[in-house]
Amino acid sequence: MAITVRGVTKRFGDFVALDEVSLAIPSGSLTVLLGPSGSGKSTLLRVIAGLELPDSGRVSIFDTDATDLPPQKRGVGFVFQHYASFKRMSVRDNVAFGMKIQKRPKNEIRARVDELLGLVQLQGLAERYPSQLSGGQRQRMALARALAVEPKVLLLDEPFGALDARVRKDLRTWLRRLHEDVQVTTVLVTHDQEEAMEVADRIAVVNHGRIEQYGKPRDLYEHPATEFVMTFVGPVTRFREAYIRPHDLDVGREPRGSYEEATVEKVVHLGFEVRVELTLAEGDRLEAQLTKREVEGLELLEGQRVFVSPRRLTRVDQNGSAPHVTSS
Amino acid sequence: MSEAHAQPLASGGPADRAASRGRGVRALLVGIALLYVLVLIVAPLGGIIFYGLRSGLGAITDTFSQQDVVHAFYLTFVIMLIAVAVTTVLGLAVAFVLARDRFRGKSFLSALVNLPLAVSPVVVGLMAILLFGRGGWFEPFFTAQGIRIVFALPSMVLVTIFISIPFVIREIVPLLEELGTEEEQAAWTLGASRLQTFFRITLPNIRWGLFYGMALSAARSIGEVGAVLVVSGLLQGQTETATLYILRAFDQYQPERGYIVALMLAAFSILVLIGIETFKRRSLKRAGE
Amino acid sequence: MVADARSRIAGRARRDPGASSRWALRSTAFLYLGLFVLLPVAVILQRGYGSGLGNLEDALHSFGAWNAIRLTVVLAVVTAIVNGVFGTLLAYVLVRIPFPGREVVSAIVDLPFAIPTLVAGVMLVALYGPTSVVGGWFEDHGFKIIFAVPGILLALLFVTLPLVVRSVQPVLSELDREEEEAAHTLGAHGWTTFRKIVLPALRPAIVAGSLLVFARSLGEFGAIVFVAGNIPNQTLTAPVFITQLLSPGSYGQSGGPDQAAAVAGLLFGLAFIVVLLTEKLISGRLERTT
Repeated sequence: MAITVRGVTKRFGDFVALDEVSLAIPSGSLTVLLGPSGSGKSTLLRVIAGLELPDSGRVSIFDTDATDLPPQKRGVGFVFQHYASFKRMSVRDNVAFGMKIQKRPKNEIRARVDELLGLVQLQGLAERYPSQLSGGQRQRMALARALAVEPKVLLLDEPFGALDARVRKDLRTWLRRLHEDVQVTTVLVTHDQEEAMEVADRIAVVNHGRIEQYGKPRDLYEHPATEFVMTFVGPVTRFREAYIRPHDLDVGREPRGSYEEATVEKVVHLGFEVRVELTLAEGDRLEAQLTKREVEGLELLEGQRVFVSPRRLTRVDQNGSAPHVTSS
Repeated sequence: MSEAHAQPLASGGPADRAASRGRGVRALLVGIALLYVLVLIVAPLGGIIFYGLRSGLGAITDTFSQQDVVHAFYLTFVIMLIAVAVTTVLGLAVAFVLARDRFRGKSFLSALVNLPLAVSPVVVGLMAILLFGRGGWFEPFFTAQGIRIVFALPSMVLVTIFISIPFVIREIVPLLEELGTEEEQAAWTLGASRLQTFFRITLPNIRWGLFYGMALSAARSIGEVGAVLVVSGLLQGQTETATLYILRAFDQYQPERGYIVALMLAAFSILVLIGIETFKRRSLKRAGE
Repeated sequence: MVADARSRIAGRARRDPGASSRWALRSTAFLYLGLFVLLPVAVILQRGYGSGLGNLEDALHSFGAWNAIRLTVVLAVVTAIVNGVFGTLLAYVLVRIPFPGREVVSAIVDLPFAIPTLVAGVMLVALYGPTSVVGGWFEDHGFKIIFAVPGILLALLFVTLPLVVRSVQPVLSELDREEEEAAHTLGAHGWTTFRKIVLPALRPAIVAGSLLVFARSLGEFGAIVFVAGNIPNQTLTAPVFITQLLSPGSYGQSGGPDQAAAVAGLLFGLAFIVVLLTEKLISGRLERTT
C-alpha cells in the first residue's frame, strides 16, 4: 500500500474535521477524495502531507511511519487550489526549486526542468513569471514543480477549483493522461462528482469527517453503501421511500404488471438526453431520464397519462444506513 | 437645422447647472486643500531651503569641516544603524509571532508594539534615567562593571531603539497576513527547511515592506531629539547628535550652521524614503503584479 | 493503540516538528518587548506613583505646572479636530478628485513623517519667525506666531497631518461606490451623499486618525521646544515642563526625576488609553466588514 491512514482524528476547536478515519491507498493508483465542502477531505489530504497534525492516529507512506515527520521529509508532492506559485521567481526557478534545495548539479537541474516543462506543455514559457501565466498554466507549472523532486505520492487539493469550467474539463483529461504516463500514486481532492468519476481509479466518499465508501467509481454508482453516497455520486430521484437513478425508471404508454400510474408534467430536451418530469397519483414528483429516441418512440407529451416502473430501487432504512438494492 | 437637434447641446438646463456647480465645488475643495498644504508644509520647507542655502556653498563646506559637526553626524548615523539593525531583526521575530502564531495575550503583545508611538520622547529619556541613572534600578550593576549608560552612547542607543520599535513591525505584519502561508507550505513539501523557506521565499516576498519599515525607522532615529536630549547630558563632542547640535547652534546664535545641518538631515530622510518608494514601484512593475 | 496513547501523554511537542521554532520566536518576541517596552513603562509607574500620589502633588505645585498640562491637552484637542477635518478633506481630494500634480501633493503630505521634528520647528521659525518676511508682518500687526501659542499649534498641525490622511485614505479608496451611486439615482446630491453615506463609512478611520493625532500631540517635543519659547504659563507645554523638572532651579521648581516620572505617567496614561481606543476602533471596523 502506498498510503495507509489509521484511525486519524482531527479537531478544530469543537469542530470534528476527521473522525477516526482509516484508508489504504494502493500504489500507482489515482484515488479521489470526494465530498461536499466541510466534509474533511482537504484536511485528510493535508494530514497525509504533514501540513496538518492529527490529534490521534497514524499515517504511513510506503510502509514508513510518517506521522512524526514534517512535510519536508515525507516525499510528498503537493498541488494547491490557488497554485501557491513562488511569485518572485520565474517559471524555471519555480520548477527547479526542489532540486536546488537538494543541491543537484546545475546541468542536471536545467535538463530536468526542460523535460518537465515539455511534459506539462509549458516549453517556451520558462523565463516568464507566474503573474504572466493563465490559471491553467500556473497549475500545470505547479504540477511540474511537484513532480520535479520525484515524490513518492502526489497530492492535489482541488487543483482545478479556481479555474473556468472549460479549462477544468481540459485539465481533467490531461491529468488522467499524465497519470498514465508518470504512474505516481496520486490522491486528488474534489467536490465535483463528475470530475471524480472521470478521473479516478478509486473514489473515497467523505462526509462529516468519515469515509462512507471507498471503491471503484462504478461500484459507488451501482452499489452505493449509504444514502449519502447514492445521492452524492450520480443523479437520483425519489420513488416514495426509495431512491432511484432517473435512467432506471421505465416509462411506457401501456400498463404492465407492477407499473404505476403517473402524469407527464414537463418534457425537457437536453440534447440527446431528455428529462421527463412526472407526478404520481398521490402527487409525488419524480424525474425520469430517457433518450431522445425513446421519447419520440413513445410520443410523450405534457399532460399525458403514462405508466412507470423502477428497474433498480435502492430502499433506504429509517436510519439511512446500508440501503439495499432490489431489482425488478 | 431644427430646434430639436440643437436642444441637448445648449447649456443652461438644470442638469448642466448641477454639473457645473459640482465642478465648482470640487475646484474649491482642491483649492482649500492645496492652500492648507502650502501654508503648513510647502512654505516652511521653502523657508528652510532658502535659509539653508542662502549663505552659499561656501558656508556649507565650512560647516561640514567643523569638528563638532562631523562628530555629531557620525554619532547620529552610528546610533541610527544600531537602532535599525536591532529593531529590524527582532522586529521580524515579533511580526511573525503577531501574524502567524495564535495564543492568548497576542493583543497584549500588539499593544506593547504600539506603545512607543504614544510615549513622549522626553518620557522615553526619563525612562532611561530612571533605569540607569543615579538611584536607578540597574545603576548599581553597571557602575560596578565600570560601564556608563546614561550620559553616554549606550543610553542614547537604547532610547533610539525604543522609539524605533513599531515601524518595521507595523509594516510587515499586514504584509505577512496578506501573503498567507501557501507559498511557504509549498516550499516545505518541496523539501525546504523552515529556515531555508524563510530566506528563499518569505523574505523576498516581504522585501519592500521591510525596506520601507527600515527607512521609516532610520528617519525617525536620526530625527530623535527629546529622548537623547534628556539622556545625553549634552556633552559637546561626545554625546551630541546632529539634532542636539542644531539646538546648540541656535542657542549660541549661529543660525546659519543650524539651518544647514537641519537641511541636510531633512534631505537625507526624504531621499531615503523616496528611494525606497521608487524601488518598490519598479519592483512591483517587473513582477507584473 | 498503546503507542498512540503514550505519545498523547508525552505531549504534542514531541510530535510537532514546528513547535521548537514557534517557541523560539515567541520567547524572542516577549523578551525583546518585555525588556524594551514593559520594563521602562514599569519603572515610570513605580518611581512616579510607587509611593502614592505625593510625587504628582509636588510636581503640580511647581510654577507653571497646571498651565503646562492644560495647554498641552487643549492644544492636543484642537490639533486633533483641525487635522481631523483638513486631513479628511485632503484624503478626499487625493482619492476622489483628479488634478494635475496630485502625486506631488500626496508625497508632500507624507513629508512630516520623514522630517525630524526639530527640523520642522526650525522650518516654521524660518518662515514665520519674527525676523522673517511673513512672521515679521504679522508681528507688526500685533499677532505673534512664533514663541506664542499659534506657533505651537502650527508645529503640531505640521507634525500630525499625515496621521489622519494615512488613516482615511486607504478606507476611502477601497469604498464601494455603489451606495453613493444608488443615492444619486434617488436624487441626493454632493454634500448630502457625502454626509449620509461616505462620512459614516469613514467615521472609524477619521476618529482613529484623530485619536492618534491627540496622543501624538500630547507628547510632542522636538517641534515645540524650538518654536514655543517655553514661557511658563504661556507657551510651556507638558513635555518641555518635564525636562525642566529634571534640571531643577531654572524656574524655582523643586523638581527631580520622581516628580518628572509622576507627570510623565499622567501624560503616558492618557496617551496609552487613546491608543487602546484606536486599536479597538480599527479592529472593530475590520470585524464589521467581514
